[in-house]
Amino acid sequence: MSQLVFIAFQDNDNARYLVEAIAEDNPEAEVQHQPAMIRIQAEKRLVINRETMEEKLGRDWDVQEMLIDVISIGGNVDEDDDHFILQWT
Amino acid sequence: MAIKNKKLNLKDKYQYLTRDMAWEPTYQKKKDIFPDEDFEGIKITDWSQWEDPFRLTMDAYWKYQAEKEKKLYAIFDAFAQNNGHQNISDARYVNALKLFLTGVSPLEHAAFQGYARVGRQFSGAGARVACQMQAIDELRHSQTQQHAMSHYNKHFNGLHDAAHMHDRVWFLSVPKSFFDDARSAGPFEFLTAISFSFEYVLTNLLFVPFMSGAAYNGDMATVTFGFSAQSDEARHMTLGLEVIKFILEQHEDNVPIVQRWIDKWFWRGFRLLSLVGMMMDYMLPNKVMSWAEAWEVYYEQNGGALFKDLERYGIRPPKYQDIANDAKHHVSHQAWSTFYQYSHATNFHTWMPEKEEMDWLSQKYPDTFDRYYRPRFEHWAKEHAEGRRFYNNTLPQLCQVCQIPTIFTEKDDPTMLSHRQIVHEGERFHFCSDGCCDIFKNEPEKYVQAWLPVHQIYQGNCEGSDVETVVSKYYHINIGEDNFEYIGSPDHKRWLSIKGKSSDAKDAKGESADQDAA
Ligand SMILES: [Fe+2]
Ligand SMILES: [Fe+2]
Ligand SMILES: [Zn+2]
Repeated sequence: MSQLVFIAFQDNDNARYLVEAIAEDNPEAEVQHQPAMIRIQAEKRLVINRETMEEKLGRDWDVQEMLIDVISIGGNVDEDDDHFILQWT
Repeated sequence: MAIKNKKLNLKDKYQYLTRDMAWEPTYQKKKDIFPDEDFEGIKITDWSQWEDPFRLTMDAYWKYQAEKEKKLYAIFDAFAQNNGHQNISDARYVNALKLFLTGVSPLEHAAFQGYARVGRQFSGAGARVACQMQAIDELRHSQTQQHAMSHYNKHFNGLHDAAHMHDRVWFLSVPKSFFDDARSAGPFEFLTAISFSFEYVLTNLLFVPFMSGAAYNGDMATVTFGFSAQSDEARHMTLGLEVIKFILEQHEDNVPIVQRWIDKWFWRGFRLLSLVGMMMDYMLPNKVMSWAEAWEVYYEQNGGALFKDLERYGIRPPKYQDIANDAKHHVSHQAWSTFYQYSHATNFHTWMPEKEEMDWLSQKYPDTFDRYYRPRFEHWAKEHAEGRRFYNNTLPQLCQVCQIPTIFTEKDDPTMLSHRQIVHEGERFHFCSDGCCDIFKNEPEKYVQAWLPVHQIYQGNCEGSDVETVVSKYYHINIGEDNFEYIGSPDHKRWLSIKGKSSDAKDAKGESADQDAA
């Protein structure tokens, strides 16, 4: 059986950068647009990188800023100063 | 000496602001300070193993929560200023909201109370901090949802006395008893029940597709409070998963205890979500996904991945999961049938689906809708058209555990009601399923005390024994305004007038008579 991790964001301006960054750093991820939200899923692992977000935004970005636009997650969380990772072992 | 103000990394900052702010007691025994920590038999050998994957400290917490609140209230204000309720898809939709605001929002408050209490019970600082933040979050959810209610309460019926109704109305005893059960359990069971089984395994089904549906029906106030609440959920879910992994890793004796709690709380949560199933399939005029599809994505697929991950701890998927998976084809139809029949005893309206909606249901439920439910619904629609709208005037048999009337059917025979009974100390008790019957057998001394609305009415504890007295005097439901069929209701007339389809209705509820006189 497949083991998908997922993350869902509100469909707003901020989150669009997050979605772009995730799609870039996780090429195998599937992005689904649903009313008012964007849901991204992938087999086993998804990562958000601070560096990619900073390039997209052209400013410093704190990984914890994702908390403002996230709706929900599935998977074990591993967060540090540079990444937010969701994964199943 | 100049001290260079070096920025701490997340891990160190978290360590300083949580663990290092805690202390070992010296003049009181730990056991006296945290008396509930071991009474459930859970063995914790080393609290320092508690890991917080979101290393959120209070300073960052206030910063992000303040930002969320600002965004949320900007949208609430815009919604009120634009009379946003006039732009929803159809006023039938508001009835889903009435159910949400009276059935679910009080659970946010119960969650706040629960976390505030259990957070105090753990000798580990990590768990205490996580519970403290969650308690504040849940209080915020309860407050923001009440603010959302105030706008709808100005324009539609049924939302005038939600707190009073929560403690009394028959179907609200279902969500109320769920949280009362969790809050009267020990601290680790509370976390397994709410943080893990409810928040992690089941709340996506409550907040994600339904809220997405609210957006699709033009209700920006609800989608915003829903997503704003759910944005805290990422942390709550992380707490839920951490709790389970932590307890399981601490001692092998914890595994069977936790497994029994998972079995119990999965089943209780699954029964509770019957309400959400019918909200999605029957109460959203613009439908996003069926309950069966939502169940497949958020329970079968995501829950499946989760339970596969937990296998390494010796945990198996919840007992009776197969019955719950099969029930995705039935629960929404069975729940809606029940509310349709008992619409005279609720604070919201019901109706029979229109032709296109029945066709949508046939398409989404190819094996069950046309066979078991469409004929019944067409019969009721015909009766209504001929002036005989069907209301059931009996009081139903309730399940002693989930408190839902015994309306569900057997897995292999959807024409057979599922009903179990046992005699405990000379008294006979009734259940909707093996799932609820097992829960009772494990803790009969708890569930014999259940406050069951039907029993209470018959015992004369609800200010009367006829439905009309109970509904009006005891529930505070305004008869003829809040309840009965939607078609022809004051809400329906008001909606037609908003849409310019009829001139005889009042613009704003109850006020036009006074205004005319003035
Ligand atoms: Fe909440
Ligand atoms: Fe929560
Ligand atoms: Zn039951």
